[in-house]
Amino acid sequence: MDFEYFTQLFLGGLTRGSIYALIALGYTMVYGIIELINFAHGEIYMIGAFTGLIISSVLTMMGMPTLAVIVLAGMAAIIYSCSYGYTIEKIAYKPLRNAPRLSALISAIGMSLFLQNYVLLAQTSDFLPFPSLVPNFAFWEPYSHIISSAELMILLTTLIVMILLTLLIKFTKIGKAMRATSQDKVMASLLGINVDQVISATFVVGSATAAIGGILIASHIGQINFYMGFIAGIKAFVAAVLGGIGSIPGAVLGSFVLGWTESFFTGYISSDYEDVFAFIFLVVILIFRPSGILGRSQAQKV
Amino acid sequence: MTAQNEIKKSILASLWFMFLTFPIMVIKVNTVTNSIEWRWHNMAIVGIGAFFLSMLWRYLLKRKEEGRKKDQSDGLSIVQRLLHERRFALPGLMIIGIFTLLFPHIFSMYQTNIMISALIFVVLGLGLNIVIGLAGLLVLGYAAFFAVGAYSYALLNLHYGIGFWIALPIGGIFAALFGILLGYPVLRLRGDYLAIVTLGFGEIIRLVLENWNEFSFGPSGIKNIPKPGFFGIEMSMHTTTIYIFYIVVVLVIFTIFVINRLKNSRIGRAWVALKDDEIASQAMGIDKAKTKLRAFALGATWAGMAGVVFASKTTFINPASFTLWESVIILCTVVLGGMGSIAGVIAGALLLILLPEYMRDFGQFRMITFGAVLILMMIFRPGGMIEDVRKTYKFEK
Amino acid sequence: MKKMGKWLAVLTVSLFTLTVAGGALAADTIKLGVAGAHSGDLASYGLPTVNAAKLVVKKINESGGVLGKQIELLIEDDVCKPEVAGNTATKLVSDGANVVIGHICSGATKAALGIYKESKIITISPSATSPDLTLSGEYPNFFRTIAHDAVQAQVQAKYAMETLKIKTLAILHDKGDYGKGQAELAQKYFTEAGAKVVLFEGVTPGAVDYSAIVTKVNSKKPDLVIWGGYHPEASKIITLIRKKKMKTIFMGGDGIKDDTFIKVAGDFADGVYATGPMDISQNPLSIQAKKEHQDAYGSDPGAFYDNAYSATLAILNAIQKAGSTDYAAIIKALQTEDVETPLGKIKFNEKGDATGIGFSVYKIEKGAFVEQK
Repeated sequence: MDFEYFTQLFLGGLTRGSIYALIALGYTMVYGIIELINFAHGEIYMIGAFTGLIISSVLTMMGMPTLAVIVLAGMAAIIYSCSYGYTIEKIAYKPLRNAPRLSALISAIGMSLFLQNYVLLAQTSDFLPFPSLVPNFAFWEPYSHIISSAELMILLTTLIVMILLTLLIKFTKIGKAMRATSQDKVMASLLGINVDQVISATFVVGSATAAIGGILIASHIGQINFYMGFIAGIKAFVAAVLGGIGSIPGAVLGSFVLGWTESFFTGYISSDYEDVFAFIFLVVILIFRPSGILGRSQAQKV
Repeated sequence: MTAQNEIKKSILASLWFMFLTFPIMVIKVNTVTNSIEWRWHNMAIVGIGAFFLSMLWRYLLKRKEEGRKKDQSDGLSIVQRLLHERRFALPGLMIIGIFTLLFPHIFSMYQTNIMISALIFVVLGLGLNIVIGLAGLLVLGYAAFFAVGAYSYALLNLHYGIGFWIALPIGGIFAALFGILLGYPVLRLRGDYLAIVTLGFGEIIRLVLENWNEFSFGPSGIKNIPKPGFFGIEMSMHTTTIYIFYIVVVLVIFTIFVINRLKNSRIGRAWVALKDDEIASQAMGIDKAKTKLRAFALGATWAGMAGVVFASKTTFINPASFTLWESVIILCTVVLGGMGSIAGVIAGALLLILLPEYMRDFGQFRMITFGAVLILMMIFRPGGMIEDVRKTYKFEK
Repeated sequence: MKKMGKWLAVLTVSLFTLTVAGGALAADTIKLGVAGAHSGDLASYGLPTVNAAKLVVKKINESGGVLGKQIELLIEDDVCKPEVAGNTATKLVSDGANVVIGHICSGATKAALGIYKESKIITISPSATSPDLTLSGEYPNFFRTIAHDAVQAQVQAKYAMETLKIKTLAILHDKGDYGKGQAELAQKYFTEAGAKVVLFEGVTPGAVDYSAIVTKVNSKKPDLVIWGGYHPEASKIITLIRKKKMKTIFMGGDGIKDDTFIKVAGDFADGVYATGPMDISQNPLSIQAKKEHQDAYGSDPGAFYDNAYSATLAILNAIQKAGSTDYAAIIKALQTEDVETPLGKIKFNEKGDATGIGFSVYKIEKGAFVEQK
């Protein structure tokens, strides 16, 4: 019994952590390259979920088979999220490239508000049911109440996305350009890297992970509304900082650690103070490792 | 040629936005009847709107570029020059002073009331300005100190019957203690790590207030907080409102006075030095820990006092008034107004608090307009409405 | 130019109120304030009240008004935030409202009531259910056309103990003003009835995942889970409970007695119990009110529509019977004169609660709320 209880909490924390991780990856990529807390990232995740829902409803009504609907709706969600990410960067952040950093932060907050209310006005303020995309099959009887197929799916997706992103950054040309840009923008442009393009690419990739997250999470919790991005975004951001912002494995690790912290605290102590404990834990970690678990401490330039 | 080019660019932008807004603006799924509503007219609106707006957008960006070049040769903007010319500043201040004195008598009680809210945020903005604008410490949980002030008054009054005037300094002191409490562990953190820890701190305070019923009465809050007294004289609601208005005005003037003195004092210079270069200022003998803690404590003090006034104004407080959203709004007032500049922060706070109230006519479009205003303000005036002018010393060979 | 026009308007209005406030209130209309959340995430609870007030007032104005005076509506948004509600209340007082329908949320109502009390303005809420608004006796100017949460908790406890025969229960809430209040009352009445509360905890609203708390509930094996709060979190929790193959009975308050809950939770909602206002679908006035809404707006009315319709009828009837907008006379009329409303024949007791309205228990069967006798 006790061990089973522990396992359930452990896996619950892992699922929760994967959810945070899918959003945190986008945060950490954008931060790594232009040092901007992209407050609107949570909204991209929300728009991904909305687009997925709208397109899948339309396709279902047109009588397409389920599998085709899932694939097409998923692709539409990713394409639209990427387009939104790209456009947001062009409108709200690019003109502020040389401005004080806090100005870009306020612009991001404004963008987040704008997008929330845009969806609220154009669609609805109500909660919408989101169909379960992953069929709830029993693959591991009699333990399927411990981890469901949907949860497993989220877990696997997170790991795959993380590995793909790491490969992208380590080995492709654009990945190398991203790393160069994040280290020194001026030097990178001197060496013939088109910095604007690299930044756009980062936003596009970050938005794609958010869209994948949006669809999977929405299908896991079964409902969406215009406000869903805000709270999830804040938590994901905390996770990214915990792991060391700018580092991709850090974002995933930070998310898992945060998920476990919350899960175990709820399970063994009380969910009343779940978030309080999570934040205290964050402070303690940062006191001992001021740049997160996997973050490199930067030498101060004199 | 260029005109043709411009039109081509705008057509592209218009097509792009029509594509972008297609699923959200055009399609609406009715989940009850399982039918789809195609709202093509929205697409036409977006297309035409994007066409003209993108033209305007590029025109404004171009003007901004040109403006920047001119600005550099010109030095100060008109507002800044007005503020610095004694000739204009004195009569200007007098007019503002007289207007403020007469305000509650000219306008209705509602106007006075929202002006009180706005002035409370002026104090909050000025307090946060110490921490962010002067000392360069990004704090995202400032509403926590506001909450500490408000709850100190509410609870002290409830349990010990302590009045407004005694609670005002006590609220400030409590908030300052919390400032030090927060400041101490985060001395080593910089930039966004500091931001996220302070965000966490703000949430911790709010969640504790929400959960600890025995202490703070939880989410149902504390009601019947008395308004400030005036030598025990009973006052009607109208007079009390005017009275609170004057209290806040005095508090604002006091804040401006203190911050102005601080800015040019040893501490103020030390803050600015630390903000610009930590290592160099340590080398010059500035005690980093002490200086930063002073910034936290002094910044929090004003939030605490503003909290006491806030509690006495609304007479009811619950944790819903001290969320992350309030912290963000206070941060916006500072950045939008112009970091470090007192006049800027005042202008920013008045704009951000009064704008949503006067935009009540916009109804449901209120918040979306607010978001757009934030973005546009930052793009076209990234340094804020009234930028801070640092003292510069010219050295001539 | 337009902007200047607005400023001029503001100026004239303020000057006008200033002069009016000095002299006697010689208005030739009766001003009815309507305050509540008309924007933001709780707008769906506030807007139906505006519609109800508009419809009733239109009908009464067409038949000659009250005491020969036309009724004028003053509609103000408070976003359900206490500090905004204070401003809203002051605005209504400044604009010379005689009586107010509102506010929608209990927290906002508490913040606003002090202001109305001092200005001697009677306030009648269609939806603020916090018990101490009336029971504390602090607000003689406050009335409501909805039963308070304590009544609801008693109904829940009685039904669960006597009909469902439960012995242990877990109570979860959303840490909010409404949800936590409900949960605490449920704890009180269930304990008094002899049930054992094995878990009492709050969950974070809007969180992405509730599996940890559901696992914890599972380990305590309660017969019943009581939920205090709104429907979005409730549907997430019930979905997880059923996915984890727990057979526990789930029961919530009027916060989940909403068709959206069934839509979102889908099949998992079947078998869930919810308490809500008594079924009034057979009441002829209620049918008529619903039809008026359908004719005017082309849709079914939303939450608290009947309560707001009744509140408007009750207050206007009281003014008529009192013969003036005098504070004491209206209160007396509210407490003594019966009035026919969509909720039935109601009047108010000395605390301010309407008599003759209550809660019943509903069970979700095949995607619809079915009243349990």
